[in-house]
Amino acid sequence: MAKIEFVHVTKQYPGTTRAAVDDVSLTVAEGTLCMLLGTSGSGKTTLLRMINRLIDPSAGQILIDGKPTTEQDPIALRRSIGYVIQQIGLFPHLTIAENVRVVPNILGQPKDATAARVDALLNLVGLDPAEYRNRFPRQLSGGQQQRVGLARALAADPDLLLMDEPFGALDAITRERMQDELRRIQRDVHKTIVFVTHDVQEALKLGDQIAVMSDGQLVQAGPPAELLLHPADDFVARLLGADNPLSLYEHVSVATLLEPLAGATGGPIDAATPVLQALLTLVQTSAAALAVSRDGTVVGQVSLDGIQRRLRAAPGQKTPPLPINA
Amino acid sequence: MNTISAIQQFIQNPYNDYGGHMQTFLIICLLAIVWSVVIAVPLGVLAAQNRRIAFLATNISGLGRAIPTIAFFGFATTTALGIGIKPAVIALIVLGIPPILLNTIAGLQGIDPAVTDAARGMGMTPVQALLRVQLPLVVPVVAAGVRTSAVQIVATAPLAAIIGAGGLGDYILGGIGLVSLIGPAEVLVGVIPVIALALLTEYGLAALQRALTPVALRQSAQRAPVGAASAQNGKGVMAA
Repeated sequence: MAKIEFVHVTKQYPGTTRAAVDDVSLTVAEGTLCMLLGTSGSGKTTLLRMINRLIDPSAGQILIDGKPTTEQDPIALRRSIGYVIQQIGLFPHLTIAENVRVVPNILGQPKDATAARVDALLNLVGLDPAEYRNRFPRQLSGGQQQRVGLARALAADPDLLLMDEPFGALDAITRERMQDELRRIQRDVHKTIVFVTHDVQEALKLGDQIAVMSDGQLVQAGPPAELLLHPADDFVARLLGADNPLSLYEHVSVATLLEPLAGATGGPIDAATPVLQALLTLVQTSAAALAVSRDGTVVGQVSLDGIQRRLRAAPGQKTPPLPINA
Repeated sequence: MNTISAIQQFIQNPYNDYGGHMQTFLIICLLAIVWSVVIAVPLGVLAAQNRRIAFLATNISGLGRAIPTIAFFGFATTTALGIGIKPAVIALIVLGIPPILLNTIAGLQGIDPAVTDAARGMGMTPVQALLRVQLPLVVPVVAAGVRTSAVQIVATAPLAAIIGAGGLGDYILGGIGLVSLIGPAEVLVGVIPVIALALLTEYGLAALQRALTPVALRQSAQRAPVGAASAQNGKGVMAA
């Protein structure tokens, strides 16, 4: 259980003329992953750090499960929320196991009671406990350290996880692998996650919801496909690359292009399949249309014709449509 | 009369009060070391949090290191303190403060801000963060400073004899004038224990420093010269 509501949240630092976070209202549903996307200085990290009261808002409220954070003891609040940062910040003098155990430890849980949990968490993040348990942070690569960072954040089994550009300092290959791992872990643990990033692809890939921030203001919030299909303004459209059909159809599912079943020869494919992948299948199999199913029931079809019509009709089109010869 | 038996006789002669001189010497050293730590560590903690104090502290310390200690001894006698143990100890404290102060500042500033942020973000109280994270990381660096400073104090303390503080320096200074008459014995009864004490301080405190260094950081915790605290923030030597 952890639903977060930002209610007209503003943060203005003393001595500045412009608010770092300006009247943001946003709801993050329980068990979903919300990406705070924006350029540096857009206020996304400030917004994140207000959730666990590392920063207190100048105005407005943040409610976790309906309870204002300002009515809670900040120390107890932080202990109930997982926290992962880009610079990782493992404690260099402690072993990996001791690092993972930090929060249970300060909560007063005995060491032998948490040993099994530490091993389970290391397994979860893809590190063999027997090999890594007693190592020290500096003996690990950056990617491995961030896996430990994630395990540490999950140690006290918080409902809510805050991640501030956790993969920002990793190389491209490791970053992608970590994103896949996070997606896999999230399928198991179903935490409410607020994730700060400036990487559009990361936001599109991981987010159930993306909140686009600019100059301290929330420009638009919604599922990736919604933002791509209906960007609120030019800024969002340009930021997400909504005018690029490739990017659009990589993240929009065939459910948006569903037409009545009429002679589909291929499939069935799941309704959540990205359009781009369906397109590839259509081309590869030379089928005119693929049946689309949801929960095992065929609900319609997606056709080469349909995709082509949609591409030509796409509103606000700025690049030429894909040269597809049907 | 050979030197060794001369030394023996000198030490055994109650008129020379060898035990008393040794005791005075140890007291001077101990007072100077303890007061250096007591003054420099809190000052360093304060300075690490404030840029202006840090700037002042490091620069005044630097200046202190540039002035010869013998000048301090001389200067101390011109103050109300006059001559004796007090001005000597104060001059030695002035000598002993900079390495500890600078190492404390460098050690604290060398802690990766991400580590402190993580500690806070995970819900450690300020006291928990200090005891569980900052202290274990900074103590080895401070200990290195104490070691440098203590050795300097022990090695310099014989000079205190020139301002009437007594101690082993009396034998050295007194003996130098008499070498041609009675041989090196009197110099040696002063010099040998000073060397032994300096070495003992060096190796004793090195062992202490090592014991205070968390296992994870030991590879990178050598003398840790002033300012070299980067090994403490995890960016130091990468293990294979």
